[in-house]
Amino acid sequence: MSYLTITDLQKHYDSYHALRGINLTITEGEFVVFVGPSGCGKSTLLRTIAGLESSTGGNIELDGRDITEVASSKRDLAMVFQSYALYPHMTVADNLSFALRLAKVSDAEIKEKVRSVSASLQLDALLERKPKELSGGQRQRVAIGRAIVRQPKVFLFDEPLSNLDAALRVQMRLELARLHKKLGTTMIYVTHDQVEAMTLADRVVILNAGQIEQVGTPLELYRQPNSRFVAEFIGTPKMNLIPANKIVRHEDNLAIDLLGQQIIFPVNRLKGPLPKSAIVGIRPEHMTLVQEGGDLSGRIELVEHLGSEAYAHLQLSSDQTIIIKAPARTALKDGQVVNIKIDMSEVILFNENDRVISVIPEEV
Amino acid sequence: MTLNQQRKLKTILTGLFAWTVALVLFFPIFWMFITSFKTELQAISVPPSLFFEPTLDNFRVVQERSDYIHHAWNSVVTSFGSTIIALIIAIPAAYSMAFFPGKRTKDILLWMLSTKMLPAVGVLVPIYIICRDYGLLDTKTALVIIFTLMNLPIIVWMLFSYFKDLPKEILEAARMDGATPWDEVVKVVLPLSVGAISSTALLSIVLCWNEAFWSLNLTASDAAPLTAMIASYSSPEGLFWAKLSAASTLACAPIVIFGWFCQKQLVQGLTFGAVK
Ligand SMILES: Nc1ncnc2c1ncn2[C@@H]1O[C@H](COP(=O)(O)OP(=O)(O)O)[C@@H](O)[C@H]1O
Ligand SMILES: [Mg+2]
Repeated sequence: MSYLTITDLQKHYDSYHALRGINLTITEGEFVVFVGPSGCGKSTLLRTIAGLESSTGGNIELDGRDITEVASSKRDLAMVFQSYALYPHMTVADNLSFALRLAKVSDAEIKEKVRSVSASLQLDALLERKPKELSGGQRQRVAIGRAIVRQPKVFLFDEPLSNLDAALRVQMRLELARLHKKLGTTMIYVTHDQVEAMTLADRVVILNAGQIEQVGTPLELYRQPNSRFVAEFIGTPKMNLIPANKIVRHEDNLAIDLLGQQIIFPVNRLKGPLPKSAIVGIRPEHMTLVQEGGDLSGRIELVEHLGSEAYAHLQLSSDQTIIIKAPARTALKDGQVVNIKIDMSEVILFNENDRVISVIPEEV
Repeated sequence: MTLNQQRKLKTILTGLFAWTVALVLFFPIFWMFITSFKTELQAISVPPSLFFEPTLDNFRVVQERSDYIHHAWNSVVTSFGSTIIALIIAIPAAYSMAFFPGKRTKDILLWMLSTKMLPAVGVLVPIYIICRDYGLLDTKTALVIIFTLMNLPIIVWMLFSYFKDLPKEILEAARMDGATPWDEVVKVVLPLSVGAISSTALLSIVLCWNEAFWSLNLTASDAAPLTAMIASYSSPEGLFWAKLSAASTLACAPIVIFGWFCQKQLVQGLTFGAVK
């Protein structure tokens, strides 16, 4: 059942077309993450849902009610801002209870709600402080507390963790995931960090230049990107993309020429007609180093040791380098020539318009 | 010279400069204060006498000749009254210009300020005639209206500059929390702007208190504020420096004392930015 339905949503800033026909449905209780490069319109989309920006076309329906023209204050949504936006002149307790007081909730009920929220976010000891007497992490907690104390229909988060240092960010990410499990409330979360998107989301919405590029679960997007944009955006290190200019069909297989070396790709994995050229996408972990045979060979340019694993940069030609995931304590040496085997079932082909033209076989 | 010495020298020089400016600014007030305790003869003696037997005669004469309390009350009513009215108009105006700016907002602000560039005497005749026709001559109402209009551009401008620097997201957060525009102003914007509003109000009160042009031209006795009282000592039988000084000292005293008590607000308001 759809809870939040966005239909052909448009947003123009004067001459700039920031949202170009967004269609999206979100079910109740889902954790949806909007992700995309900076300036793609994530905040604009979130703020339009919040009613902080007015749309210039299309409509938004929440829980069976058209809210396109409803004021922010009447939408029953709560938002956590990147800058926290706490009320500087109020104590933590007053910040938490502001919305409840506006809604004329009884004092006893306010007290109880503030108590339970502050307990669950470890804010008990800070209730009488002003925001400027709090650390970044504590402010963040208050901002989240202020949102959850109201029990809104949907939580909106706009890059809530980007002002925190790396360690705190990971911790808060975990807390948000727990919070969502506990509350079960619908959450929409904006980030430019694909790791946050992958770890938090039930479903990820990838935005690009004011349009939805693809919607799917984190693993769907990872394994079956619709476009080169998604393929490159999701996953670190990035998917390797190698241009192939000669593709020849041999019965049930395609012989794809990769810079003078050939790989074999089954024809039945192809969508549509036989292409003349393609871009071959292979993730670093879908290649393994082998002693004999293999699909490709190249010279090691550089090895990055991360402790738990290593990444080898392999030079296929003078201007094409690919990254391969290697075991943690690999003995690879710079300059060494190695053979690699490709897990062909995970290889993806894109056409010259960067659209995907192959299918990934179902996992067994 | 080492860096440290340079720094020290710089501090001393700035200190010296600040003191010089302060003394130059303060001297006339000091001289007025001293003169008010002299006899008329001592007041005009050349060279001026620094050591003399202070007398309160001037103050006695001033009190006999003009009703100080009456004029002081007029000053209080007109300056506070017009300031309050101006704030009531300026706060929503500045709020809407800061948070919902349109294409012409900047132009409107500039236009408002430009009205301050017109010499007041340029509109004296029309305003005098309007006041005469509506029976407003020598009334506090006329002064309150004129003072309000006179200070409105500055007040709107000051509040606008402050509101514009308030983080927009705080207001958006309030909106998301269910605040109506009224709640936003009353529960978020105003509490955050206490300092800015009080210093703006203080400035407006001081400007009204010291205003002489309109007070002199539109009032005679009933509505005459302290500035008009002072002026009455420079006419018509010639100048009486000592009495004039006494009258001026009496006129300045309330606002100086008031300003002294509001120092904290003033500094806080002028340094703003207590939000971020
Ligand atoms: N108030 C505005 N006026 C004009 N252009 C804007 C405004 N707000 C955002 N934009 C433009 O809209 C695009 C999307 O912005 P935004 O949604 O903030 O991106 P992001 O995905 O980084 O959150 C950007 O190119 C930005 O320059
Ligand atoms: Mg953004």
